[in-house]
Parts: sequence; structure tokens; C-alpha cells
Amino acid sequence: MPIKFPFSRRRTVPADAWTMCPDCDSQIFNRQLERNLRVCPTCGHHFRMSIGERIDLLLDDGSFAERDAGLESADPLAFHDQKPYPARIEASQVKTGLRDAAVWGTGRIDGQTVAIGLFDFRFMGGSMGSVVGEKLARCFEAALAERIPAIVVSASGGARMQEGTLSLMQLAKTTAPLARLDVAGVPFISILTDPTTGGVLASFASLGDLILAEPKALIGFAGARVASGTVGEDLPEGFQSAESLLEHGFVDQVVPRDNLRATLSRALKLLPVAAVDDGSEAAEARPWGPIGVLSGIAERLGGAVGESIGINVDEAPAARQEPQR
Amino acid sequence: MSEALIRTAEPPTPEAVEAAWRRVQLARHPQRPRTLDLVPRIFSDFLEMHGDRSFREDPAIVGGPAMLEGRPVMIIGHQKGNDTDSNIFRNFGSPHPEGYRKAQRLMRLADKLGMPLVTFLDTAGAFPGPDAEERGQAEAIASSIKLMTSLQVPIVVVIVGEGGSGGALAIGVGDEVLALENATYSVISPEGCAAILWRSPDAAPMAAAAMRMTAADQLELGVIDQVIEEPGEGAHSDHAGTASAIKSALLAALGRVTRLDTETLLTTRYARLRGFGVVRETEPSARAGPEQASLRRRIGRLLGLPGVPRRPRWSEIWPSGDDTNQQNEGDA
Repeated sequence: MPIKFPFSRRRTVPADAWTMCPDCDSQIFNRQLERNLRVCPTCGHHFRMSIGERIDLLLDDGSFAERDAGLESADPLAFHDQKPYPARIEASQVKTGLRDAAVWGTGRIDGQTVAIGLFDFRFMGGSMGSVVGEKLARCFEAALAERIPAIVVSASGGARMQEGTLSLMQLAKTTAPLARLDVAGVPFISILTDPTTGGVLASFASLGDLILAEPKALIGFAGARVASGTVGEDLPEGFQSAESLLEHGFVDQVVPRDNLRATLSRALKLLPVAAVDDGSEAAEARPWGPIGVLSGIAERLGGAVGESIGINVDEAPAARQEPQR
Repeated sequence: MSEALIRTAEPPTPEAVEAAWRRVQLARHPQRPRTLDLVPRIFSDFLEMHGDRSFREDPAIVGGPAMLEGRPVMIIGHQKGNDTDSNIFRNFGSPHPEGYRKAQRLMRLADKLGMPLVTFLDTAGAFPGPDAEERGQAEAIASSIKLMTSLQVPIVVVIVGEGGSGGALAIGVGDEVLALENATYSVISPEGCAAILWRSPDAAPMAAAAMRMTAADQLELGVIDQVIEEPGEGAHSDHAGTASAIKSALLAALGRVTRLDTETLLTTRYARLRGFGVVRETEPSARAGPEQASLRRRIGRLLGLPGVPRRPRWSEIWPSGDDTNQQNEGDA
């Protein structure tokens, strides 16, 4: 398995030392682009970032610990277009040094522990197949079990065609744990970066308790090509941009990259994990006391879901009467 | 999922391509029974409900309560038309966000009143136009899926014709998923897949075979639980016969899922959804960080001693590469 050796030295003299900004056509020295968080110094165009750069941008230095790093794709459909699916996987692995399009782990943001999942668009268009779905589901389940906020930084073309409906089912697989986070009072923050489309946007990415987007990121359900092919009309300029989603009420804030970490840090303080009245001092010390008294979360936790998330809630009445047939 | 699902990749045979494409044609047959053709033949006393209480009524999704053998159930289904006029009215069965929000309203009502939910899938996909985008097509689908994963009543899904991607799954999360023999289920239309991977819409039959979108294939992949045989030459030739085949399968499935208590129902549904997909767990190379620093290195870094290399950053392990020449290989 030719995975890029992770500790190799950077090329000292990169062959491509300059990058042209697609927005303003200015030439940017690559070193400068990296120092500027991959944002064009002239026009503010946000270039895409690798997972490693995202981790360095958002998390405390040295705090990230990857989990489930060994998960790899199989080829359940024996899918074959012009190239066999395993060959496409292998090419992307060589290109990115990743095993699949997403990575998850735990880390800290200004000392606050989070479970975080990240996408790399260069790996088969950031598409979500079984591995990506499994990693995100485990990320959400860890957030639930450890009662830490979940964050996902999306950059994806959607579901991975090469795994057929098994990829489609990942929409449900990644969404189901979010309903449990709701019951348990654990926040989920979704960060949409360029581009986030298709099945990823039509599942967990649209369901953040807080949804942030990067400026001018392409965010939409259907690719512009699909849309214009189906409706047969010219599409308005920028109708799938982060700004358009903000205007129509589907994004909470458009946040420039240099402000993203600070915004996340604030959000984590302002949207804390709900305290459960487990009799501990931590629960008593909450600003509003144990939240169960206020919102009946303890009652909600007493139901079917309470069992499965392993939180012991004493004397909570059954969440719901079973429908009588 | 079992290891048996992992096969060696080879292109589908011409016979397989033809067989798959024939099923796609049958799933799209203009005389195929639609939800509103089937409902009166399976249920009695259907009360259709309209509107999402927020924006407008979407005729591409129909729904409401009905009686099944003397017991009330909630019905939701995609609705295609039978001719040009009705197809235009129904938007060819491709819902807008308000259709999914109407569906969610009916799901909540079923949940509130403790009625089992029965859904019928038959859509080429959710409508991708700019107005649908503006009103949050992706959000509507996502929240519909989420609602179904946690609904406290049993859900039985019947794929009647085309199961087109997220637009189908939005009302297709169930405790049991049944499909008619000539129904299809896919992550993207074969035309869309062909346009992206083969760069030619003419390769649609090939894409249909490669995606294994027929009901029999889906059963083998574990995405659906049962295939319902169609009478005669197919569902289009005998609507009444098709309805009665669906009815008996539906009653059996409802019998199985309504027997479970709420907790078991939700746990089983979660496990079912959680189990979808095939992954290989290779050597868990869990790393605490970019490197496992030795004590000497750690002390050296702490004191800033010369000759101790600094800690490598994650961006050096997973750097950005060449940004050009990217193609979108995801689904629409």
C-alpha cells in the first residue's frame, strides 16, 4: 500500500513556488500563501486547506489525537468504471497521504476538548462512502459517550458513487447519532468550507446546532451542472454561495478564516454541553444549576435513549408512554 | 457486513448491463402504478392532508392517515403524474423542500398519535432548481432523515418505482424496507453517474449495472429487506395485482415491527442504520500526535536546547498539494 511516508522533509525548492489566485489573478508566493492561512492577501479568496492545515489552524498545538486511523475502504460493489474503484482509492491515497477522505479525532480548542471530523476534498472529491460515514458516526458517538462537543469541517462533493446505495445509507448512518446528541444535550457545530454539496450537505452538515461557513464557499444541494441540466435555465450568479445561504437563513455566520478559531472558541463557551444532575459538584457549579431542573432533560434521558447512552438518571419517569394498540 | 460482499472488480458483462437497464426502464414505465393508484387499493378511507404550514403545498409528495384492515396508519409517498399535464402539476415526482417539510409534519403527527408510518418511494430525485436551493433543499432532506431515525413509531418503506438518491431516502428510513421487483434504488441517477465517471450520458446502462441498483442487488447488499414479486409482465400491466402483493407484504412487515416495544424498536433501527457500509479495520495506527517524542526531546524542547528538532506540525504530515486538476467525484 503506497501511502506517502508521513515524516519526509518538505522539498526545499518547490517546483511550483507561485500560485495564481482564481479570483483576482494575482500571483502569490506559496510561502506567503501558507503564512496567510491560504487566503489571498490581495482579494481575500479562501483557498482549500488540507486536513493537516485545518488541524493546525483550529486546534491547540499538539492536542490532536487521531482515532480509527486504520479504517480503509473495501469495494463492496466490485465497482468498475473506466478504472476499478480500488485503483482510484490508491491514487488518492498517494496524492494526499490519507487513507480516506475524512479523519476524526479528539483535540482541544483553547483548552476545551472536542471531537472533530475533517474532510479533504482532494481525496476523490471528499466523497462520503462507508469509511467516511463510519468515522463520522464514531466521532458523534464519542462526543455522546464522553459528553464533549462535536465539530465537523466539511468539504465534499457528496456521497461516493462507487459504493452505490451503501454510500447513500451513510446519510442516515451519520444523522442517526445526531438525534441522540439532541436528547443528551451535546452540541454539534458544523463548519462548511468550499465546496460542501450533495449528500454531505443533505445530512449532518445541515444539521449543526451552530453552522458556520467560510466566505464565498460553494455550498449547495445539487451541483450547478446538474441543476442547469435539469431545470434548463441559467442559474443566478452565486446562488450557492455561503453568503446566499446566510441570506436565506441556512447558515448562522460567514466567518473569515483568520477569525474561525476565535469564533469556535467563543461558541464552545456559549453553547456548553448540558450538565446532567448526577449529583456531582460539577453539575451543581453550573451557572444555572443542573439543567435537568430547568428543561426536563433528565426526564428525556430516562427514556429509551438514556439507556443506550449510558447515563444513569435516577427516578426519571418513562420518557413516553408506548402507543396503545 | 460480511466478507462475501468484497469481490474483485471487473466490468459488468453486456448481459448484466442489458438486464439492469431493462429494470431501470420498467421502474420508469409511464403506466407504472403511482402512490395514489395504490393507496385506494391497499387502504380504505384515505384522508389526504396538504401543505407544510410554512410556505405552500407540494403536489410531488402526498400523504395523510388511512385505514389498513381496520387500524389507522399514516401514509407518505412521492407522487408522479400519469400524463403530461399531471406530470407538470406533480413536477414529475421531484419534491421541493416544502414537500419534505409536509412529510415531516405528517411524521410528527404519526409520532404524536402513535400510528405506524408507511411510505412509498418513487422519485428520480429531489428537485435541484434554484428556488429549491433557496428554500433549503439539503436542510429539508437532512432534517427529514434525522426525524425518521428517531421517530417512536414503526416505519415500513415500500420502494415502488425509482428510489432516487437523497430525495428518496428523505422519506425512506425505515424499520423494514420492501421493494417491488422492478424498482431501483441508487445514489445518483445512472445518467448522472455516466456523465461524471464515463463523461458521456450514453454510458447510463453501464452505470446502472455498475451501481447494482436493481431490487435484487439491493437485497443482496442488505439495503432492503424483501423483494415483492410483480404480477404478469410487471406492475404496469396489473395495478390491482401489484397492490394486493404490496398489501400482503406490508401487513406481514407491520406485524413484525409493531410487535416490538418502543425501546427495542429504536435500538434495532439505530443498529440497522449504523451497520450500513463495508469497511476494513486495518492495523490501528493510532497516533497521539505527529510524533512520539522521546523524553530527551521533550525536555530539550521545553528548555529550548539547541540541536533538538521542533515538533512537526500536522500540516507537514498532511500538506496541501497541487490544487489544480480537481474533479468532483461526488454525487449530486
